Amino acid sequence: MPSHTLQTGTGKHSGSTTDTPTTPKPYRTRRLPAASTVGRYTALAVAAALTLGPVLWTLSTSLRTPSASFNLPPSFLPVNPDFTAYQEVFQQINVGLLVLNSALVTGLIALGQMASATLAGYVFARLDFRGKNAVFSLVLATMMVPVQVTIVPVFMLIRGMGLSDTLLALILPAVPTAFGTFLLRQYFLGLPNDFAEAAALDGAGPWRIFRSIYVPLAVPGMAIVGILAFNFHWNEFFRPLILTISEQNFTLPLGLVTLQGNLGTGSISVVLAGVILSMLPALVVFIFGQRTLREGLTAGASK
Amino acid sequence: MTAASTAQGRTVKPLAVKRSLVERWLARIFLAPTVLGMALFTFLPIIASLVLAFFRWDIISAPQFVGFANFASLAEDPTVRVSFLNTVVFVVVAVILQLGIALCLASMLQARMPSWLRVFLRSTFFFPLVLSAASVSIFMRYMFNEQFGVVNWLLSLVGIPAVPWLTSPAASAAVVVLVYVWQNFGFSFLLFLGALTNIPKELHEAANLDGAAGWKQFSNVTLPLISPTVLVASVMAIISALQVFDQPYVLTNGGPGDSTRTAVMVIFESAFQQLEFGKASAIGLVLTVLILAVTALQFRLSRRFVFYQ
Repeated sequence: MPSHTLQTGTGKHSGSTTDTPTTPKPYRTRRLPAASTVGRYTALAVAAALTLGPVLWTLSTSLRTPSASFNLPPSFLPVNPDFTAYQEVFQQINVGLLVLNSALVTGLIALGQMASATLAGYVFARLDFRGKNAVFSLVLATMMVPVQVTIVPVFMLIRGMGLSDTLLALILPAVPTAFGTFLLRQYFLGLPNDFAEAAALDGAGPWRIFRSIYVPLAVPGMAIVGILAFNFHWNEFFRPLILTISEQNFTLPLGLVTLQGNLGTGSISVVLAGVILSMLPALVVFIFGQRTLREGLTAGASK
Repeated sequence: MTAASTAQGRTVKPLAVKRSLVERWLARIFLAPTVLGMALFTFLPIIASLVLAFFRWDIISAPQFVGFANFASLAEDPTVRVSFLNTVVFVVVAVILQLGIALCLASMLQARMPSWLRVFLRSTFFFPLVLSAASVSIFMRYMFNEQFGVVNWLLSLVGIPAVPWLTSPAASAAVVVLVYVWQNFGFSFLLFLGALTNIPKELHEAANLDGAAGWKQFSNVTLPLISPTVLVASVMAIISALQVFDQPYVLTNGGPGDSTRTAVMVIFESAFQQLEFGKASAIGLVLTVLILAVTALQFRLSRRFVFYQ
């Protein structure tokens, strides 16, 4: 870190540590924390500024007029917002279609993953059949296969199925989910067995026990799978780049990169307006589903 | 339902048999989407990749068996060789930075502070994770522009002359690392935060009583206690860094020269620009073996060095 940022940070936060000079001598340990507190708050402030700065710059630059968008000094706060760039990005690319494609692809993948993972997770947790553990190991093994090694054959397979350059080419291969299956299996294992026994005594069959008792209880687990799928596939770039060809099938990230390629550095604010628009759904997930997303992201590491 | 309840009173066994039969069929039907989907879109492609790696095929003419020639290209083709070297350097630098920053920030958040501030900081460091790597690279490319970029403008304020961020080999490699770490440190941060929060308070109090504070306490008490998480976080960071693609593709497209070309970029270019599908498969397999090796190493290391409570 450059030293000048340290100094400004210290000045900003010295208010919270005003007890430094008045700390009495006997408490030897009190003085040390005071000094380290200043350092800590400085470092945290710098880290927060470096994390939020680029996003704030993007937002405020998207709200400049296209002709002034690359003027210096840069702006980090949107004073005098101007929405020309947002109008123009709709003229430059078919934003509506990109959003629709992204929403269709992401939504159907999320729903497909939630459904298939719930069914499979339930089997691995609560039903028995020969070879169950072997099948489960195979399912888990797919987590270690990177998408780059399967993409060439998947591309050919999609071509062979006649799905080349369709949204289904993006959706179908992404539905089977090892991680989602694993997560819901853990979830079902955590639910008590008593419900199933009581329902069986009342004459409920295996399907009813699943449908009416365990599925409603598993909704929080399904939400984790759905939110993770949404977050991952809304932002996905590699597969759409390969599996879609015509612009009418592009998803948002692909459309925006193409737009940047076409416009270059001509009108930054137009491209950035598109970037900000593409962030909005992620922002909604971040605000309303942050806890679920955090749980899901860290779930893979803790087990 | 009525049939079931009457049957239950008289004979239990036929019902149990019938139930297990129903359950077995239910299990098959329930598993079908996941298992068939994986067979089609993961296992079949892996086998196809293994076969394809020994052929030269441009999709148009008939495939031609070439033995290990595709694998040999890894050693002979300078672009492939450089891109693997780039990837290894990238992984080492990016992972060390990512874990270091994450661990520092997570431990700083353990100190006493208002809870709104802690929540604000946690959300802030987590935020880049929900953005798309492509979008982030788009705005970062503008920020690192040599003439009108924010970064050079900030540097000019302290008298540093403009750096050709995206046009010099060393600087563009640094930009790819910085942009990648900026977006991904939050993931390791979350893992460390969870691990640090789980350490019982008494252990820190005991260490304080014994006179171990600051760095001493961190290295002798905290670090051993979170070592399982450190290992998992490193392995996850290494695996995802090995697959880096979006950032170099959008920021520099591998350039200048081959200075920011990565292994996955070469897979993409071999297959979909040069139509050398066999070569792409071979490179993909080598990358997979690397990833499996890292995972295997995790298990070995965890038995040796990691301290479990």
